[in-house]
Amino acid sequence: MTIRSGQLSYAYGVSVMNNVDTILESGLSALNAVQDLVELEQVKARYLGKSGELTELLKQLGKLPAEERKAAGAAINAAKQAFEARHNERRDLINADKLARQLAAESLDVTLPGRGSAVGGLHPVTLTLERIATLFHSMGFEVADGPEIETDFHNFQALNIPENHPARAMQDTFYVEGGDVLRTHTSPIQVRYMLNNEPPIKIVAPGRVYRVDSDATHSPMFHQMEGLWVDQDVSFADLKATVTDFLRRFFERDDLQVRFRPSFFPFTEPSAEIDVLGERGWLEVGGCGMVHPNVLKNVNIDPEKYTGFAFGIGLDRFAMLRYGVNDLRLFFENDLNFLKQFN
Amino acid sequence: MQFSEQWLRSWVNPSLSTDELSYLLTMAGLEVEEVDAAAPAFSGVVVAEVKEVAKHENADRLRVTKVDVGNGELVQIVCGAPNVAVGLKVPCALPGAVLPGDFKIKPTKMRGVESGGMLCSGKELGVPDDADGLLVLPADAPVGTSIRDYLSLDDSLFTLKITPNRADCLSIKGLAREVAALTDSDLQPVAIAPVVPAHDQTVPVRIEAPHGCGRYIGRVVMGVNAAAPTPDWMKRRLERSGLRSISAIVDVTHYILLELGQPMHAFDLAKLDGGITVRMARADEKLVCLNEQELALTENLLVIADDAKPLAIAGIMGGLESGVTAASQDVFLESAFFAPAMIAGKARELGFGSDSSYRFERGVDFQQQRDAIERATQLIVEICGGEAGPLTEALGDLPRRAAVPVRSARVNKVLGLDLAPDAIAAIFARLGLGFDTLAESFAVAPPAFRFDIEIEEDLIEEVAGVYGYDAIPSDAPRSRMKMLPLPETRRPREQIRHQLAARDYQEVVTYAFVDEQWERDFAGNSDPVRLINPIAAQMGVMRSTLLGGLVDVLVGNVNRKQPRVRVFEVARTFRKSAEGFDQPEKIAGLAWGSRLPEQWGGKTERVDFFDVKADVEALLHPHPVEFRKAAHPACHPGRCAEIVLAGQLVGVIGELHPQWVQQYDLPSAPVVFELEYAVVETSRRVKAHTVSKFQPVRRDLALVVDEQVEVGAMLASFRQAAAEIVSEIALFDVYRGKGVPEGKKSLAFRILLQDQAKTLTDAEVEAVVSGLLEAVSANHGATLRL
Repeated sequence: MTIRSGQLSYAYGVSVMNNVDTILESGLSALNAVQDLVELEQVKARYLGKSGELTELLKQLGKLPAEERKAAGAAINAAKQAFEARHNERRDLINADKLARQLAAESLDVTLPGRGSAVGGLHPVTLTLERIATLFHSMGFEVADGPEIETDFHNFQALNIPENHPARAMQDTFYVEGGDVLRTHTSPIQVRYMLNNEPPIKIVAPGRVYRVDSDATHSPMFHQMEGLWVDQDVSFADLKATVTDFLRRFFERDDLQVRFRPSFFPFTEPSAEIDVLGERGWLEVGGCGMVHPNVLKNVNIDPEKYTGFAFGIGLDRFAMLRYGVNDLRLFFENDLNFLKQFN
Repeated sequence: MQFSEQWLRSWVNPSLSTDELSYLLTMAGLEVEEVDAAAPAFSGVVVAEVKEVAKHENADRLRVTKVDVGNGELVQIVCGAPNVAVGLKVPCALPGAVLPGDFKIKPTKMRGVESGGMLCSGKELGVPDDADGLLVLPADAPVGTSIRDYLSLDDSLFTLKITPNRADCLSIKGLAREVAALTDSDLQPVAIAPVVPAHDQTVPVRIEAPHGCGRYIGRVVMGVNAAAPTPDWMKRRLERSGLRSISAIVDVTHYILLELGQPMHAFDLAKLDGGITVRMARADEKLVCLNEQELALTENLLVIADDAKPLAIAGIMGGLESGVTAASQDVFLESAFFAPAMIAGKARELGFGSDSSYRFERGVDFQQQRDAIERATQLIVEICGGEAGPLTEALGDLPRRAAVPVRSARVNKVLGLDLAPDAIAAIFARLGLGFDTLAESFAVAPPAFRFDIEIEEDLIEEVAGVYGYDAIPSDAPRSRMKMLPLPETRRPREQIRHQLAARDYQEVVTYAFVDEQWERDFAGNSDPVRLINPIAAQMGVMRSTLLGGLVDVLVGNVNRKQPRVRVFEVARTFRKSAEGFDQPEKIAGLAWGSRLPEQWGGKTERVDFFDVKADVEALLHPHPVEFRKAAHPACHPGRCAEIVLAGQLVGVIGELHPQWVQQYDLPSAPVVFELEYAVVETSRRVKAHTVSKFQPVRRDLALVVDEQVEVGAMLASFRQAAAEIVSEIALFDVYRGKGVPEGKKSLAFRILLQDQAKTLTDAEVEAVVSGLLEAVSANHGATLRL
């Protein structure tokens, strides 16, 4: 088509306006039909590219009479913006759709088990010991340790148990060749500690101990923990308070009834058995007392200046009570099915 | 110790129920282990006399009896017991009676004949009776009396656990004394009157070992009827104390032991040659004891001897030959005090003890021998007749009882109390302890029946006991606070265990005593620490390695069909050393089965040496340890390393030797390790250095070497040749196959170079890398893989 300038200017202006609407309409519907980004850009080029339909209209603006130029320009620009808006909308939609499909395709069965290593666990007696040691640590007790093959001196004599004392019959002792013994309790640890340290002394001493005894409630090897506090003014009242506090914290029961029942141990005086009130009555959970002056003398501590208390508990027994285990032997059978429960 | 509540209550009778009495004793340190009823509950049973017995017309085995139950009329009762006979006194359950097992008695007809009750056997009443059939009562049993009263069945048997310090409570007298003190009630001791001698025959007594025998009192009783029956009341008390009746005179000595806590012995006078000597045994002497065991005596045993031979082991056991029997006519009674130190430990040496040695080694009241022998004489004469002679007493060294000072302030300090001196004095008085009151203290005289009162604390304990442990306050302690040390060069014990648990190991606890075979197999130890008294032969030696226990745990769990086992243990081990024993703690682990649990996301591969090596390296981090190929008895010789730190052997790792895999019946070999715990436990405090701001340069070297060249050696050469700017050299690939000649392997190393002050130039980097290359080609024949 050849347009001669001047003559047809008005008609031309009208037709430009008509064209804008038509082009925009076809452009928008082309955009609506588009399904992917490549096609989208092709459509965009068709309308807004260098020789796109809307671009062409713009190019012809100069041929319009000045008074029409402004309105036509505004119309074309409006069409261009409407096209671009729809284009962007469409692009976002396609992108969102694409992302949605990608995400759908990438989705996992999150219920599949995690890959890689499993975790192991600690023996219930260790778990019990850790709890107890932590509780006492919070009161300033350090953990002490000692040998398991012990001399008669450390296991018996220093603890005020001379040879042939009937108290020796309370503990069936394993002897090793040469005359030493397998420690029958953790008390020799306190002897060694007191020989090497000055008061104030605050220790707990856990460990394996040995007695010639084997049935459902006795194992020839088992675990004890000894506690010892020696200072200038440690009293039986302090002993009661410390042990009661410990038992209530360990069992997490503030109302736990604790009873101290007179008893006899050669290395403490006064001595007591520690009972707690369970569902089926009083249950013995340990022994305790004020460190016997002879024991303090044996480790070169002046009993006039210092007093102290000691207590001993069975860690296996505490583990049984805490975790509801009814057969001591389970702790030494090492059946993984049993042990893994505690992980 | 077991005793009858009724017997105790005949000495002291506080207004306490059986349960309250039991609680009182327990809280006084005399732990009541059991309280059993003497007989089960039943009612409505009386003593009856059988007056007539006739045949039952409809049943051969039944009899129709008429019995007198004390209400004036004869009751007809059908009875099936074979021993029913006219004149017998037997228990009879009347209509309305309820027998054990809630068995109610009603008038009934048995095979058409009226029966107004039931004649009872011991079994039906829950009363011990050796004979079958009806329980036959003594002829003098009063008809119509409740059988519960007549047989004292409303009684409880107390079993006490008496601690070694309280030997004074090993008798009714001692318990009664204690109960009286605790309840502040009156004691009613049995009356003991001296027996007036009826003749003057004696046996001379001489103590040659005064340190072993403090007092020996003897008496001759002539013309006894040793075969006389023991009265029922005495039998009952003996039985309810757990002793069987033997014969009247022996029963009397046992009765005195239970009642007064004084062991006694009765000799047959006819068997004695001359006088009695208390002396140490001679090496060549022999004695057949009452338990029929022939003993070769040793010189540390105290014996009672006559002029010719030893008769008894003093305080422990009499001789079979010289003891009183049912045929004895004249007896010689012994009531003595033997020193605890002389008797202690002997029962263990001999392999047998007795109720007597049990008391003597703990301490018997050294002032009651005369009372005891008078009481025994009185009972013997009552039961067996005979005539008593005068007492002969010989003395040795009696225990001395020094007064014990007790300060009120000390009592309060030790117990955490604030007692006035009067309150303390009142407690001593209740305990029957004699004392003098001084300015700030007391001087307390220990009584002859107590062997546990020597020092102040012994009496503080007495005060606490009577004051009541429950009454002592239990307030939170006050103390001087001090923070605990926290060395950073030592890893907390929990941390190490948790680390292994996090790496999928399960902690186990195995016995420290093991089969000797394990020591040979897993530690090559042919001289382990042996136990003298193991509980079983396969627990006979102390272990020097934890590996045996872990292999045993593996075997057990493989038998329980576990597909995968990863376990560890931390424990002491034991070896002989020049000074005695080394007892280092070790930490050992074992891994068997798949590397990871069987899972969907990966192939199931067997755990191998290098998997476990990584666990070991993590445990030993940050120690610069070396793994050296080594031989170890537990391990495969080609798959085993010793772990060395600063020239010291600190552990071992390896695959279990195929020989043990076969011997211990394992499906395949586990990988095991064992480390010195002391090394694992140590750590270091980090000293930070400046981190370079310049990018590191990476160069990779792929080197071909002979198969037998060890990576560790090459790394060592690298390290030696490395310039300061080399910040890391690490192996990242091992390749064998296409492109690498047979018998060789290709190793790829990553080399990082970095300077603190500047960016490295290519020339600087190349110079360093070629230096490294030269070192490994010179030392190991390495060539660049092209």
